[in-house]
Amino acid sequence: MSNEIRARYSVGIDLGTTHCVLSYLDQIKAAEDTSTDVEVSVLPIPQLTQPGVVDEKNQLPSFIYRAHESELNPSELTLPWHTESKALTGTIARQLGSKTPIRLVSSAKSWLCHGGIDRHEAFLPMGSPEEVTKISPLNATIEYLNHLRQAWDHKFPDNELSEQNVTITIPASFDPAARELTAEAANQLNLKHLTLLEEPQAAVYNWIKACGDDWRDQVTLGDIILVVDIGGGTCDLSLIAVSQDEGNLILNRVAVGDHILLGGDNMDLALAYRVKAKLAAEGKELQPWQIQAIVQACRDAKEQLLLENDINEVAIAIPNRGSKLLGSTLRTSLTRDEVNETLVEGFFPHVNIDEHPITTRRSALSQKGLPYAQDPAVSRHLAAFLSKQVDAANDVLGSTTINSARTQDETGSFIKPSAILFNGGVLKSPVLADRMLSIINQWLEDTNTSKARLLSDSDLDLGVAIGASYFGHIKQGKAVRIRGGLASTYYVGIESAMPAIPGMEPPIEALCIAPFGMEEGAEAKASETEFGLVVGEPVHFRFFGSNTRRHDEAGIQLDHWQDDELYELPELQVTLPSEGRRAGEVVPVHLVAKVSEIGTLKLEAIAANSTDNREEAERWQIELDVRD
Amino acid sequence: MNIDLSSMPTSIDMIHLILTSFTLILLILLIKRPKQAASAPTETATSASNIEKAPTIEKTIVEQPPHLKEASPDAALQLLTLLQQDARFIDFVKEDLSTYSDADIGAAARVVHEGSKKTLDTYFTFEAVRSEEEETRISLPAGFNASEVRLTGNVIGVAPFNGTLIHKGWKVSKTKLPKIAKEHDTSIIAPAEVEL
Repeated sequence: MSNEIRARYSVGIDLGTTHCVLSYLDQIKAAEDTSTDVEVSVLPIPQLTQPGVVDEKNQLPSFIYRAHESELNPSELTLPWHTESKALTGTIARQLGSKTPIRLVSSAKSWLCHGGIDRHEAFLPMGSPEEVTKISPLNATIEYLNHLRQAWDHKFPDNELSEQNVTITIPASFDPAARELTAEAANQLNLKHLTLLEEPQAAVYNWIKACGDDWRDQVTLGDIILVVDIGGGTCDLSLIAVSQDEGNLILNRVAVGDHILLGGDNMDLALAYRVKAKLAAEGKELQPWQIQAIVQACRDAKEQLLLENDINEVAIAIPNRGSKLLGSTLRTSLTRDEVNETLVEGFFPHVNIDEHPITTRRSALSQKGLPYAQDPAVSRHLAAFLSKQVDAANDVLGSTTINSARTQDETGSFIKPSAILFNGGVLKSPVLADRMLSIINQWLEDTNTSKARLLSDSDLDLGVAIGASYFGHIKQGKAVRIRGGLASTYYVGIESAMPAIPGMEPPIEALCIAPFGMEEGAEAKASETEFGLVVGEPVHFRFFGSNTRRHDEAGIQLDHWQDDELYELPELQVTLPSEGRRAGEVVPVHLVAKVSEIGTLKLEAIAANSTDNREEAERWQIELDVRD
Repeated sequence: MNIDLSSMPTSIDMIHLILTSFTLILLILLIKRPKQAASAPTETATSASNIEKAPTIEKTIVEQPPHLKEASPDAALQLLTLLQQDARFIDFVKEDLSTYSDADIGAAARVVHEGSKKTLDTYFTFEAVRSEEEETRISLPAGFNASEVRLTGNVIGVAPFNGTLIHKGWKVSKTKLPKIAKEHDTSIIAPAEVEL
C-alpha cells in the first residue's frame, strides 16, 4: 500500500466559474491512522483584497484584472510569495473590476468550453478597448491554477504541488477539447500527477466521505441518484445508477447533462433588474454603478429571504459614491414575495415533465459571445434531461427494473431518480432546494412512482473540492469508485459520396470513433474506414458527440439519426509533418481514440500501410482545439 | 601704507606661526568636545550593565520606568480603512446630522450597520465575557480577573463578591486582520476616486 502512495498529499482543486477552492488530505497521516475518518482541510488562499492588503480566504474568486500601468503602485501588489505573474487574481480583481469592467476577465471557464472560438487566442476581457492587454481563456485558467499553486508551495515548501496527487474538477458537460485544455493548463504548471474528475461525481464522493461506511445503508441496488449541481455560472446534471457486483454496491455514472450556462449569478442579476424596474416606476433612473451595487445588495438580501424565517422584507440602501452619505442614499427594499416570484417561480417553476426549454437554434460556431441558456427555468432543463435520458440506466440495471416501467403516454416517459444529491451554492437555500425536490417528486407522483429522497450533503460551497481530494486518495485503494468513462459517444463526419446538388450541402455520415463509457487507459479499435491526409497541410474533420446513443461501437457508420441525438463539436484538425514525405502526398490513415489516465480523450491518426523505423504504425496526434 | 589683500605672504613669521598653531589647537578641541559628550551616557550604561551582572550587588539595579506599550497606528488605521470601505464609517461620522431627517439618517445607518457588522464578523470573533443573563445576580470568587470583570458601586468587603451583572462584557477571542505590504501607506483610509 505504502509504495502506491506517490505523494504525501491528495489535493482537490475546484476550478469554478466564479470561485476556486483547494482542499487537501494528508495521505501519510491517513495511512498511519486508519481508525478515524480521513481529514480533509481547505487551504486558506492568501490574495490581495485591495492594493497593499493581503487576506486569506477559502475561496479565490475566478477573476483577473488587467490593470492600467498608472493605476496601481507596483509595491502595493506584493503577495506572500515572489511571482512573475502580472495578473491580479482573486478578490482584488473582482473589487477593481466592479468599477472598471472593461479590464475585468470573468467566466473564463465558460469560454474554455465554448467551441466557437479559438481558446488559445487572447481576447479576454471580451469587447474591451484595444489598449487593454488581452488574455486567452486557457491562460486565464493557468493564472488561477498558478495562484493556487503558489499559495500551496508557500504553505508547504517541502511538498510542492507539482509532486502531489492533484485532482481538478470539471463540469460533467465539458467537451473533450475543454477537458484537454484544463489538462494543458495543469501541464504548463508542471503538475505531474493529475486526474480530472467530473464535478457531480466529486459531489458524490463528498457525500460518501461525509457518510463514511454508512453510505451503503443510504442507497440500495437499483437506486438512481440524480446529482443537481447549480453553481455561480453553470447548472450541471448527472445520473448515477447503483448496481451490484459480487454482493458489493457499485456506482455507475450513466448520464450527464448538456452544458447549461445558468447559475446563481443569473439569479442575482434577475433580482437586481427587478429592483431597478421598481425604482424606475418611482421615477428613479439608475446609473450602471448603482446597478452593480444593487446586484451585491440583492445577493445579501436574497440569502436572508430564502431562509425559512419570518423576515418578509429586507431593506436595500445604496449609498452615493461621494463622501456625502446622508440625503443621497438610495432606498428601496426587496420583499419575500418578490424573491419568490423572481427566483422560485422564475427559475424553478412547477412544470410538467414534458415541458422542455424553448431554444432557438443558434449558430454557435460563428457566434462570439457566451451561449447563455435562453430559458432560465432550471426545472425545464431538468425535465428535458430526465426525458432524454429515459434509457440511461438500462444497461447497468437491466431493463426489468422499475425504471423501464414507462407510462402509457410515451412523450411523458422519463428516467425516475430515487435519490437526489444537491450541490452548489444556489441550493444552499432551503427554499430553493425544497422547491427543486418538490418538482421532481411531483413528476414521480404523477407517474405513481415513489418519492425520491434527498441525500444529505455537507458543505455545498466547498463540497466539490473536498470530494476531489477524497477521490484522489481513495482511487489508489480498493474503496468505492464511481464507474464512468466517456459520457458521450464521439463521431467524425464523413461526406457521403453522392453527386453534388447545387444549393444543397452534401449529406454527412457519422463514423463512431469512441464509444460511450470508454474508460481511462482504454483504446478504441481502429475503424476500417480510411481517410486520406495530405502531407504538410492541416486536414479538418467535423466532430460530433452524442450522450444518448450508448450502443454504437467504434467503426459503426451512421447515415441517419434523430435531430437531437448528435450535437456538433468544434472541428478536429491534423497536420502530417512533411519530413520524409513529398509535400502534397496523400497518406491513408485510420482514426483511433484513447482515453488517457488523466481522463482526457486523445484522437490519433494511424498510418494504414506505412510503419516507422520501429516497425510500428506511424501515429499523429489530432488536435481537438483547432487554432486558427 | 599700501595694503595688497590679494598678495600672498612669501614667508611665515613667528607671530603667524603661533597664531596658526593656536587656531589648530582650538579646532581640535572643538571637534573632540561633542564626541566626548556623546560617549558619556554609553559609558554609564556599560557600567550599569556591569553592575547588573555582578550578583553581589543585584539589589542596586535602577528600577525600570513603568512599561507602556506604544499602540501601533498601522492596525488602527487598517481597521478604519476596513470600516470605511465596507461601512462608509468615516463618511458617516464626518457628516453633520443636524440638517437631516431621521429617515435619511436611518437609511445611512443601515449602510453603516450592515457594513460594520460584516467587517467585524470577518476579522474578529466576539464572545461575551460572562455567559450569565444580564440583570441577574452572580458571585465572583477570590482571585477573579479584574481586567475581565469591573466592580462598581458599593465596593467593600472581601471576596466572594455578590452583585448584579449589568453588562455581560465583550471579548475578542480571535483576531485575523489582513496583512499589509511594507510600502502600503495605511494613512490613506480611502483613496480619492476619479472616474474617467
